[in-house]
Amino acid sequence: MIGGLFIYNHKGEVLISRVYRDDIGNRRNAVDAFRVNVIHARQQVRSPVTNIARTSFFHVKRSNIWLAAVTKQNVNAAMVFEFLYKMCDVMTSYFGKISEENIKNNFVLIYELLDEILDFGYPQNSETGALKTFITQQGIKSQTKEEQSQITSQVTGQIGWRREGIKYRRNELFLDVLESVNLLMSPQGQVLSAHVSGRVVMKSYLSGMPECKFGMNDKIVIEKQGKGTTDESAKSGKQSIAIDDCTFHQCVRLSKFESERSISFIPPDGEYELMRYRTTKDIILPFRVIPLVREVGRTKLEVKVVIKSNFKPSLLAQKIEVRIPTPLNTSGVQVICMKGKAKYKASENAIVWKIKRMAGMKESQISAEIELLPTNDKKKWARPPISMNFEVPFAPSGLKVRYLKVFEPKLNYSDHDVIKWVRYIGRSGIYETRC
Amino acid sequence: MSLLSPICGNHKFAYSTGRNMQDTEEEELRGSRIYLCKVGCESEGEISTPDGKSKEAEIKRINKELANIRSKFKGDKALDGYSKKKYICKLLFIFLLGHDIDFGHMEAVNLLSSNKYTEKQIGYLFISILVNSNSELMRLINNALRNDLASRNPTFMGLALHCIANVGSREMAEVFAGEIPKIIVAGDTMDSAKQSAALCLLRLYRTSPDLVPMGEWTSRVVHLLNDQHLGVVTAATSLITILAQKNPEEFKTAVSLAISRLSRIVSSAPADLQDYTYYFVPAPWLSVKLLRLLQCYPRPEDPAIRGRLTECLETILNKAQEPPKSKKVQHSNVKNAVLFEAISLIVHHDSEPNLLVRACYQLGQFLQHRETNLRYLALESMWLLACSEFSQEAVKMHIETVINALKTERDVSVRQRAVDLLYGMCDRSNAQQIVAEMLNYLENADYSIREEIVLKVAILSERYAVDYTWYVDTILNLIRIAGDYVGEEVWYRVIQIIINRDDVQGYAAKTVFEALQAPACHENLVKVGGYILGEFGNLVAGDPRSSPLVQFNLLHSKFHLCSVPTRALLLSTYIKFVNLFPEIKSTIQIVLHSDSQLRNSDVELQQRAVEYLRLSDIASTDILAIVLEEMPPFPKRKSSILNKLKKKGSSTLTDLEEIKKEPNADVNGNAEPTSGYTVISPSSSTNLLSFGSTHLMNPAPTYLSAGGLLADVFSNVGPGVISQFASAEDSFVRFVCKNNGIIFENQLVQIGLKSEFRQNLGRMYLFYGNKTSSKFIGFTTAVIYPGNLLAQLNVQTKPVDPTVEGGTQIQQVLNIECITDFVEVPILSIQFRYDGVLQNISVKLPLSVNKFFQPTDMSSEEFFRRWKQLNSPHQEVQQIFKAKYPMDSEMTKTKLLGFGLALLDGIDPNVSNFVGTGIILTKTIHVGCLLRLEPNTQAQLYRLTLRTSKEAVSKRLCELLSEQF
Repeated sequence: MIGGLFIYNHKGEVLISRVYRDDIGNRRNAVDAFRVNVIHARQQVRSPVTNIARTSFFHVKRSNIWLAAVTKQNVNAAMVFEFLYKMCDVMTSYFGKISEENIKNNFVLIYELLDEILDFGYPQNSETGALKTFITQQGIKSQTKEEQSQITSQVTGQIGWRREGIKYRRNELFLDVLESVNLLMSPQGQVLSAHVSGRVVMKSYLSGMPECKFGMNDKIVIEKQGKGTTDESAKSGKQSIAIDDCTFHQCVRLSKFESERSISFIPPDGEYELMRYRTTKDIILPFRVIPLVREVGRTKLEVKVVIKSNFKPSLLAQKIEVRIPTPLNTSGVQVICMKGKAKYKASENAIVWKIKRMAGMKESQISAEIELLPTNDKKKWARPPISMNFEVPFAPSGLKVRYLKVFEPKLNYSDHDVIKWVRYIGRSGIYETRC
Repeated sequence: MSLLSPICGNHKFAYSTGRNMQDTEEEELRGSRIYLCKVGCESEGEISTPDGKSKEAEIKRINKELANIRSKFKGDKALDGYSKKKYICKLLFIFLLGHDIDFGHMEAVNLLSSNKYTEKQIGYLFISILVNSNSELMRLINNALRNDLASRNPTFMGLALHCIANVGSREMAEVFAGEIPKIIVAGDTMDSAKQSAALCLLRLYRTSPDLVPMGEWTSRVVHLLNDQHLGVVTAATSLITILAQKNPEEFKTAVSLAISRLSRIVSSAPADLQDYTYYFVPAPWLSVKLLRLLQCYPRPEDPAIRGRLTECLETILNKAQEPPKSKKVQHSNVKNAVLFEAISLIVHHDSEPNLLVRACYQLGQFLQHRETNLRYLALESMWLLACSEFSQEAVKMHIETVINALKTERDVSVRQRAVDLLYGMCDRSNAQQIVAEMLNYLENADYSIREEIVLKVAILSERYAVDYTWYVDTILNLIRIAGDYVGEEVWYRVIQIIINRDDVQGYAAKTVFEALQAPACHENLVKVGGYILGEFGNLVAGDPRSSPLVQFNLLHSKFHLCSVPTRALLLSTYIKFVNLFPEIKSTIQIVLHSDSQLRNSDVELQQRAVEYLRLSDIASTDILAIVLEEMPPFPKRKSSILNKLKKKGSSTLTDLEEIKKEPNADVNGNAEPTSGYTVISPSSSTNLLSFGSTHLMNPAPTYLSAGGLLADVFSNVGPGVISQFASAEDSFVRFVCKNNGIIFENQLVQIGLKSEFRQNLGRMYLFYGNKTSSKFIGFTTAVIYPGNLLAQLNVQTKPVDPTVEGGTQIQQVLNIECITDFVEVPILSIQFRYDGVLQNISVKLPLSVNKFFQPTDMSSEEFFRRWKQLNSPHQEVQQIFKAKYPMDSEMTKTKLLGFGLALLDGIDPNVSNFVGTGIILTKTIHVGCLLRLEPNTQAQLYRLTLRTSKEAVSKRLCELLSEQF
């Protein structure tokens, strides 16, 4: 039960303040407490949950904007954060980037949204598509009786996320598998920790109230189906993946997933996130980073970094960036690289090496000479890890979409008439190699 | 920074330095704007990002800038002075923004050897801010400083001196403390350098006084007071004032010089000291400093000098009367600053009634001034005046104004001063009025000062109480109005006074009873009420309205609303009631028997309930009467409230107390201990009524005197207390013949003893050593006198610290006076909490009558004459006993000498026999003593014969001595 919600700008000024419950006491005190203890704290506050005077503050930060939910009760923190993220999504879909200016321009809208999606501190329907039908920026159109009753039945009905009577001339479906791969590797190439967190995002433009069914190479499903023929299961088992945990959009019928492991749903209209998942086993690491650091005396450091791409040669990785941290007493850097561009960025204390494109099964290297200024500080350089950014056109977890079927019994279009698009994007999360 | 003060007060100096700089660095200054821009921003944008950009942006910018500076410093081509200065300046700026800087020190040191003022300045600035004293660069820096000090250029000297003073570390003092005095007294030093040097030395002296050598320069420094340059005089005065506080003798000559300087300033026309006249007041800072210097010394003896000083002070007072020459606030500020300093000098001398009264009159005018600060200062100074006997009366004239200030003043700190002043001016004549006003004010006083006012009211009402009923009323009122702020000391004190004074006991019981009838009363009142009724409830029991049962019910109605300590106290009150009013014994037993008491979760309460219930069940009325006897009067002691007030650090009350202490004003002065036992608890009275298991009874003595009877009653003493009675007789025996050693030791504590005796007086040093690693708290000691010992022996204990840290020891001094001969042994009872458990230790103090022996030498005729004189049968005691130790004549000799006797040779025909004489010196009587000890080596027996003029002494000595061989 969220007691109140505040939105601050980077200076700690309150832009939006909405209190749902009296228990947080004096609004000003709560507002000030967060500003003083978190936003203006002398040390950067890293915990997203802060307890001040028996009041809990949950915050998320979007660029320069702080969203803070306040409560005095012992609430489910995951629920609060889920709500805050949802709130961010809703705001983004209404007015684009969350910035001070945008918030100031949409005061009325935001308050209206807050009234709708949070009731006495309990989160309500926060589906953008549904909200957009009755909270608009265009002002109030006088709606007909039928329309009003339709909205009412939709909001209060079983399928709150989709209204009836949608019609498209072309029934289209877009499906994106977005993954981010996280890695920490020892200098010797040993994987210390690795996981992939992925999302399945859909955009659907379908008429009527279609029933969809989504299938992927989940290990359990494959094994269940492959029970009959053993060699088939062995063959397909190679490609199946083990999902550690997953969450679904509210439209997915959980009971069906529980009993049959099949994902069936009536999709909302427009864009939404169908599921989120996480895997830790058999991850395809798209790149391997091999660092070599040599200290030459007290005033010189030689760094050599090799990167190897580790995927099919036909695929192309994009936006590759390697970031090599430099010591704090660096006084000069010379860089030589075979491919791409490398530059010493003093403001970030790092050498940044960028490569636009790189095919699979290739390798590239950079070598740098770093000159150091002798200091009277006895502290040794801590050698932070080398980090990397990239984008690859496959799913590092190995996830594959097996099918996506659409049934609409009432209208006369079948699964074959729907145009479906599938795309895989693998991005780097925190992809680090110690040196 | 003290270095800046003379420059602020002295435009000329600041201006001239500025001009100097302008001459040499004209170029630099022209470009200074551009330069500042360059420091702030290298190529793009400023370092400190304007509002709106985030902290991250600032860090990025700074990282970039630092990398740039590093590459410049690293660069192969040498940097010129200008850019070096620029980068060092940037580093400083970044450091001041709050980022770490770990390079550039070497470059900064290089700047020191530059010949340009600005470059040197930046170098010194960097070093005084960023270089710590154990850096390896220190040697280079010291060299540079030395070069600059030796240079003839006053600005360079000034920079070096500033740097030394700003760093001001011990290391700096070690290197330069010897050199700077030379600069001050050298004839050819420029004025500005002299001035800086004096202030620099002042700073070094403040940080490490031991390193600044006193020497022949001191006499020459004094003569700086005659210097032409007023800036130098000001700086020198500051230095001399501090030095004179430590070594008044060396700087005595400064007094006459200061007075003549002061009189010249005071009598000068504003035009005379052109640069040093500040808003029509001539050299105000110097005047203030001179007046302060004079306060280090007593009034000058020489009448001519004295006359001159009086003249000066009069002139200052006269000037205060003159209409202001300017409406500007600065004018009145400096004028008043001089005036207030003059008044404190007058108060310091405290000898000219005329001046004192005039000062008082002047302050009286300020009391109603518009300016809050002035009112504050007036009250503060007047408080000083109130302490002087000459002006005391004059101060009292303003009592109405002060009381008014208390009521109407808006500023709380001024009200606080008013309270202080009222406290200061209080005496017997106006005590009632002042206390009443303070009580009035207390009701709506500021929370921060309530406790202090409570203490003050408590002290004043005690000190000036003529009528003790008034005192009791006042304190009860105090508890009613501000119960929360009444500390324990206050109500302890009330009880002490009531117990010590028979005449108010009845009244107190009555008043307390009435006060308790209020529906809601403060817990402190319940405590006082419980104690008083427990002791003197019988005095009001005659009245049917306050019959025993009514009293009990009244107290018990408050019981459940009180905290644990108060409940414990009330339980003790109940058991006292059992003794006082046998008729309600059954009612009380029912209460004690209830589960809420007997099974209370608090150990202390439970234990009390169990013990008291058993006590009331088992003990006969006689024993009850002994155990629950009325508390004996408290020993005379200094009011602990005063200590508390001092501890609160309320202004400078301490010295006032010494002045105002009137003999016999202390209530306790009249109360002499009369009862058989006196419990001396030396460590203030925080544990006066300590809630030990039986605090309302006379604790240990009862155990001893009625010990046999009570032993079984208390055989199930609760787990909270660990008692240890060191009955080890031998520890006492060991000390009959020696004075130093360890008298007690267990796993927690070790008690060592050192003692010395002369005539009838003695002094014991007790060392309590904490053998554990955690500390003892509530450490108290008391001496207990079994039997009739109190009348025979007087032991005064000095208080000890209530906490003993682990692994340390504390010392306690006991002063002993032997009034007459005695047999019993005093017992030292020690109580403390270790690890939350109360520990009781009782040790026999090795104090026997033989300690007061005076050995006397006499001839054999005289010995035999006296021996024959003491021939009556009761005067002689003879005992034959078996030897416990090997019979060694040397050993015996040392023991007898240690016992206090003089050994006489050649009197007894048998050489192996011992003959000794001595006189026991007590306050009332002297007892001569003759001894003969005959060892029989074959039979391993001794025969001891003692003849003394007093039978009891003979017996006791014989007892003591027979244990020794």
